[in-house]
Amino acid sequence: MTDSSLTDPVVADSVQDLQRLAASGRVPAPEVMAARARRWGWWYYVEYWLRTAKAWFQSILIYMVGEPLLYLIALGVGLGTLVDNGVGTVDGVPYLVFVAPALLISTVVMSTGGELTYPVMAGFKWDRLYYGPHATPVTPAQIATGHFLGVMIRFTVQAAIFWAIMVAFDAVPRGVLVSALVIPIGVLSAAAFGALLQAYASTLQDEGYQFAFVQRFVIMPMFLFAGTFFPLTAMPVYLHWIGWISPVWHGTQLARQVTYGAVEPMWLTVVHVIFLVALTVAGVLLARRSYTRRMGS
Amino acid sequence: MPPVTAAGPGEPIVVAEDLTKVYGDNRAVDGISFSISQGESFGLLGPNGAGKSTTMRMIGGTLTRTSGTMRVAGLDPAERGPEVRAHLGVVPQQDNLDEELTVRDNLIVYGRYFGLPHSYLRTKADELIEFAQLTEKAKAKTTALSGGMKRRLTIARALVNEPKLLLLDEPTTGLDPQARHVLWDRLFRLKEVGVTLVVTTHFMDEAEQLCDRLIVIDHGRIMAEGSPRSLIREHSTREVVEVRFGAQRNAAVVDQLEDVATRLEVLPDRILVYTDDGEGALEEITARGLNPITSLVRRSSLEDVFLRLTGRTLVD
Repeated sequence: MTDSSLTDPVVADSVQDLQRLAASGRVPAPEVMAARARRWGWWYYVEYWLRTAKAWFQSILIYMVGEPLLYLIALGVGLGTLVDNGVGTVDGVPYLVFVAPALLISTVVMSTGGELTYPVMAGFKWDRLYYGPHATPVTPAQIATGHFLGVMIRFTVQAAIFWAIMVAFDAVPRGVLVSALVIPIGVLSAAAFGALLQAYASTLQDEGYQFAFVQRFVIMPMFLFAGTFFPLTAMPVYLHWIGWISPVWHGTQLARQVTYGAVEPMWLTVVHVIFLVALTVAGVLLARRSYTRRMGS
Repeated sequence: MPPVTAAGPGEPIVVAEDLTKVYGDNRAVDGISFSISQGESFGLLGPNGAGKSTTMRMIGGTLTRTSGTMRVAGLDPAERGPEVRAHLGVVPQQDNLDEELTVRDNLIVYGRYFGLPHSYLRTKADELIEFAQLTEKAKAKTTALSGGMKRRLTIARALVNEPKLLLLDEPTTGLDPQARHVLWDRLFRLKEVGVTLVVTTHFMDEAEQLCDRLIVIDHGRIMAEGSPRSLIREHSTREVVEVRFGAQRNAAVVDQLEDVATRLEVLPDRILVYTDDGEGALEEITARGLNPITSLVRRSSLEDVFLRLTGRTLVD
């Protein structure tokens, strides 16, 4: 290179460079920046979230592939062989086909326990990451929504990988196309629980030891007793409420319809969808309000 | 060059009247009024907990005020928060950079929050990295930076939207002397090209270095206002003699010093003798056979102003 302007760094200390730094004329008017942020602030936070996700995507990918494999082999194939030899079928299908959609829903919902708990504490408290965008035209409510949607993108990938593995295990009798609906159903189920969890996490002032409690006494029971391994009707009636209040059960019942054609009355299907959507909307609204209050006081 | 803002130099860009913030029983900010002009470097000097950061957050509208009025570039931050913050660059007291992202990505991500396009941010990030003297660290994760480097990156980040007004909350707290001077130099240069600086600090030397004009705040109220020089002239003498007689003798000696000084301050470890002629006063003290263990003649500083106004030192 002979042209020194290409090899030498620009010296920012000349007055001209400093003036360009302070006012290049390339920045839109503040009103324009504010208008863009009012419209797209939530998306800017999603963009940020995705950029940070790149750093850990490889390790999370191994987890997103490994977890379905382990569950489907252990419970679907291993336990499934035992069940199929013993009672024949469950809900009219082999045990693998019965349990696979439930495992998809459960594992995606359980992932909220990692994504919408400690990272929320990091945002408010440990690394104060939320307070960076808070000083910009982006609002706390948009930060809440952006964080939530970033995590939902991750869950979409996670559910899609699980579904692909189900297809590979031949666990989708209704066909590849229809069964792909488990992906949005899985994300909706995680959204229903995750939004509320995010709202709750945003109210915590201390070190977040409550999350271990949530993990053990809320998430695990949903996994074990919400119709995952056996139909809800196989449990005593006085335990059915665990299923009814659990996004995992509602999501699982929907997922079973699209993967193997489980039969349910129409009204119940509608209830599942309304329940999950209502929980999601309520959770997001609560989180937005909580973020706004906490960051503005 | 185009002007930095529509408002000309000297016109007020921030106007606060009777600004108040109450938390429960605590009046963190208790009815303060001030006005900051375009192009000015304005300081809020006071001890920790005086209400400086609270005031700063109300300028950006990230904290709701209890009462009073606030106008930033003619807008009320409580109602037009995003519009006001689009005018601002904010350097918070605690760094909140994403340590997992690179230096460059921290700048780009932040610029996106202002709706700035990638085409602009690609070149802007390079200019800002240059300004922050972080060229060699551009691709490094932020976690690898020293404290001074992180502060410079935070300042560079605050400039991504080419703000009229830069708010700096305790910009050099926790930095070593050399890092502080590098940072002050960066801020001087911004001031030279017309960026308005608002600085909170509990360091008198920082206030003297950086601020054209400042308010001294204590317990949420303004104790004094003016340029560093005028505040010293108004509230202190030209010089100060610091004498130490040892903790036991300090109290006993005070009576014999009264007529030497315009004013005396007795601190636990030393006595401050305020006078316009420091050397003369010290000679007189020695002539009286008082024999201080150590003595020092210096010019009055904002520390003395603060001590006079509040009866306390800035940094305890």
